[in-house]
Amino acid sequence: MERRQRREMAGKVFEAVALAATVFGLVVLAMLLFDVARRGLGVLSWSFFTSYPSRFPEQAGIRSALLGTIWVMALTALFAVPLGVAAAIYLEEYAPRNRLTRFIELNINNLAGVPSIIYGLLGLELFVRGLKLERSILAGALTLSLLILPILIAASREALRAVPMSLREAAFALGATRWQVIRHQVLPVAFPGILTGMILALSRAIGETAPLITIGALTFIAFDPRGPLDKFTVLPIQIFNWVSRPQAGFHARAAGAILVLLAVLLSMNGLAIYLRYRLQRRYQW
Amino acid sequence: MNLRSALAAWVLGLALVVAACQPAATPPATPPASQPGGEVQPAATPAPQLSGEIKIDGSSTVYPISEAVAEEFQKAHPNVKVVVGISGTGGGFKKFCAGETDISNASRPIKTTEMETCQKNGVEFIELPVAYDALSVVVNPQNDWVACITVAELKKIWEPEAQGKITRWNQVNPQWPDAPLTLFGPGTDSGTFDYFTEAVVGKEDASRGDYTASEDDNVLVQGVANDRYALGYFGLAYYLENQDKLKALAIDNGKGCVAPSEQTVRDGTYQPLSRPLFIYVNRKAADRPEVEAFIRFYLTQGPALAKQVGYIPLPETVYQLALQRFEARKVGTVFKGGPQVGVSIEDLLKAEQ
Repeated sequence: MERRQRREMAGKVFEAVALAATVFGLVVLAMLLFDVARRGLGVLSWSFFTSYPSRFPEQAGIRSALLGTIWVMALTALFAVPLGVAAAIYLEEYAPRNRLTRFIELNINNLAGVPSIIYGLLGLELFVRGLKLERSILAGALTLSLLILPILIAASREALRAVPMSLREAAFALGATRWQVIRHQVLPVAFPGILTGMILALSRAIGETAPLITIGALTFIAFDPRGPLDKFTVLPIQIFNWVSRPQAGFHARAAGAILVLLAVLLSMNGLAIYLRYRLQRRYQW
Repeated sequence: MNLRSALAAWVLGLALVVAACQPAATPPATPPASQPGGEVQPAATPAPQLSGEIKIDGSSTVYPISEAVAEEFQKAHPNVKVVVGISGTGGGFKKFCAGETDISNASRPIKTTEMETCQKNGVEFIELPVAYDALSVVVNPQNDWVACITVAELKKIWEPEAQGKITRWNQVNPQWPDAPLTLFGPGTDSGTFDYFTEAVVGKEDASRGDYTASEDDNVLVQGVANDRYALGYFGLAYYLENQDKLKALAIDNGKGCVAPSEQTVRDGTYQPLSRPLFIYVNRKAADRPEVEAFIRFYLTQGPALAKQVGYIPLPETVYQLALQRFEARKVGTVFKGGPQVGVSIEDLLKAEQ
């Protein structure tokens, strides 16, 4: 009887520890959100979105930074997603299991852990100087694409692996070619998972500052970027600059910009959850 | 969204990018022939409207001034795109000497190694002082035992030998209390760190390492404001914005105590902790009309703008001398490649002539 009580006790203690760990994370997040909201809500106005940076904190806005972020993210998605998904399909569905593919897999996993500033240095030499793209949106997007490719590939492979083998075998048994199996059976089922991985990877990219500063993204831009070869700045760089200014007015602007960045991030994640929910219901077996 | 539409969206996106990368369609080269018998059109002579792009990068200390000048200049010349980046004085010179930027912001004069890089790449530069910056040494407002500190005492606190040894106030000066001494200062990547160590310890980058370091001066402000026994140093602008939370010490450089203020920085008595800030202009870029106009604008409107963003303008004559220097396209540095402490920029510019 006593032993049983002790066992039950141990179970309860573990549950409490696990609960405390969960609550800890949530409390820190809530405090952070509360603090930023308290400082930043006051500056959110229409002119905050339509104004360029300024030396006067009360006139400074995020127009060029927000547009830059949208441009860079759109191009990054355009480059990274097809490459990442195609690489994942090859590795999961086509590649033979041998030393070479294991070596490639190992390298992709290692690349996911490389500090982002290294990608910045690579981007500087390869895109900015090598391909002479200068400090353009295109160079930034290509650099960020490299940065998130490993994450995308890993997530897409995970999604492909989750597709039951029986589904493929059934299709093969009916005489479908490999491409037909992938196109009509595997991809549609794996699509929601791939989409989630894609959004998570882009969420990582949207907050990156270091690689973009390395390739020479700018801080003061008082015009709208109009094409992929234009100079640009992004929200994290603008936030970083405002936070380090002496005037308290800039700190409030930084908090406001953080709120905007959070809103963009959350709506991206929200979209992923919505799409996953909608698409998942359609494929049941 | 199914696969097909996703693919279609991607192809469309890529097509848009490729299209946007193409050079804009050039207008027809030949003007329409004048109508025979028609009235003779007066030759169109539009006012030379400036356009183009001016690329500026470099020191974060000089950034607020260049940002302010760029903001005002663009209001006057909406077709000129002025962009300003922050990559530190050293990082800025790397790009500048590679010919990637037109103007480099610098919180110290160019170094010999950087000049060699510039020379190797055929980049000549014009050096122009734009404002003063001062470093402030600050303590907590509750600190009632010190109002003035000598350079020797600062050296005793900050030199590398002090590491682990000078940890209490009375070790620096026996009249000060037997209380812990907590130190705050910028990290080693900062130009402020370079300058302070050179000015106080006597050797660039020679500093103790056991202090709270941050590249963000606002962190240092918070640190000193929350600790009664703290001492720290950073740019004067950060003290001026936080005067209710901090107390700035007067500095005794052998000629009595001098508190940091616009007056004492301008007349050169707040030494050795005040320094000039510079911009370096690429000699080739200087002949582009938009860059030329920008520099003239900088040296005439810059003083007032520098003051607005918390810096101290140089004496009027210095701007005139700098402008002359620019108009004469005089290349090179008046410094000999190393940061010099306690020099009057006015004397140097005059000596040059």
